Amino acid sequence: MYAQMIKTAGTGVKSPEEMTEEERRFQARVDANEKIEPKDWMPEDYRKTLIRQIGQHAHSEIVGQLPEGNWITRAPTLERKAILLAKVQDEAGHGLYLYCAAETLGVSRDELTEQLLSGKMKYSSIFNYPTLTWADMGAVGWLVDGAAIMNQVPLQRTSFGPYSRAMIRICKEESFHQRQGYDIMMKMAQGTPAQKKMAQDALNRFWYPSLMMFGPSDKDSVHSAQSMAWKIKMNTNDELRQKFVDQTVPQAEYLGLTVPDEHLKWNEERGHYDFSEPDWSEFYDVLKGNGPCNTDRLNARREAWEEGQWVRDAMLAHARKKAAAKVAAE
Amino acid sequence: MKNEWPLWEVFIRGQHGMSHRHVGSLHAPDAEMAIKNARDVYTRRNEGVSIWVVEARHIAASSPSDKGPLYEPSESKVYRHPTFFDIPEEVGAM
Repeated sequence: MYAQMIKTAGTGVKSPEEMTEEERRFQARVDANEKIEPKDWMPEDYRKTLIRQIGQHAHSEIVGQLPEGNWITRAPTLERKAILLAKVQDEAGHGLYLYCAAETLGVSRDELTEQLLSGKMKYSSIFNYPTLTWADMGAVGWLVDGAAIMNQVPLQRTSFGPYSRAMIRICKEESFHQRQGYDIMMKMAQGTPAQKKMAQDALNRFWYPSLMMFGPSDKDSVHSAQSMAWKIKMNTNDELRQKFVDQTVPQAEYLGLTVPDEHLKWNEERGHYDFSEPDWSEFYDVLKGNGPCNTDRLNARREAWEEGQWVRDAMLAHARKKAAAKVAAE
Repeated sequence: MKNEWPLWEVFIRGQHGMSHRHVGSLHAPDAEMAIKNARDVYTRRNEGVSIWVVEARHIAASSPSDKGPLYEPSESKVYRHPTFFDIPEEVGAM
């Protein structure tokens, strides 16, 4: 999931008796799968939580360009380079769709950017891991985008109209991302022994961080109930994680690669794979800013923002001058 | 003066003969850049043959609370729909 550990505002799920008349009407609309639009009445906590969630999701798309951007100049062929460029450009687009959805809730783009740069808002923990080899481009597309899709497909039905519409656009494009990643993995896994080793190494490094993308285990996920009642969270973290593992293990088998989990086993009775949980202390540590690339990622964003300042100002000054000249001529 | 680029709403004509449809919004310093950005953000996969942009502050919108007075009157006017009228089969297609 591109949004993790979103703190739900408010005091938890209210019973109908505890709700105000407006809150009751709002909840009834959500229950009836009606979309809530920006100008409609909504509880303040719903608005706040959505800004946090959509904002974090947008930041993740933007920061998510960095680990892949790292390989654009070193892609092995011109075709791979063009594909990777297109993918990274999509991530920028996804960030923009989501920022616009968040802005309909009354927060400005600059506020969101400033909160990312000051560390007040987070982005997904996954982008704090380095991309060391070309095979990592395969693993990121296959596993990271695969995990994101698991979460984004149900979010197409989320209660907030602009968020739902952004998700629909994003899901259309996301399938290309996962397939191009798996295509890289197939090529590597069927290549020379050295290439296959690189593919296995990428899987080893990205497996557990990908499982962490869904957020902590349900038993430690205290804010879920209210977000689920509002339909801004559609499934629990553990449900989605299980679904991801069930779907991904056969794909790893097809590649002839081994999932780095000695406890991974098909459970006939449950009809699911049993698997090891990721190291949650590592997860919390990465969120706190201590992952391998946290500092690099934020520095890259700060640099882009600060060094782009004169360009943004110049373009605005030019637009104002042109507009003033037009008024004068009329 | 606030230095954030203004917000533009983007409308795309998907195919010849169709009307423009709202697809989303973006920030740009002026209309020319808004069209260039819209091309990059909203038509990367042949989604359009024409782009309109309009600064969001120029859009006037009806209020959700006016839903009743605005739209309820038409609910009772079933005779506005062709299916309201029973035409005998022998009359043929109509």
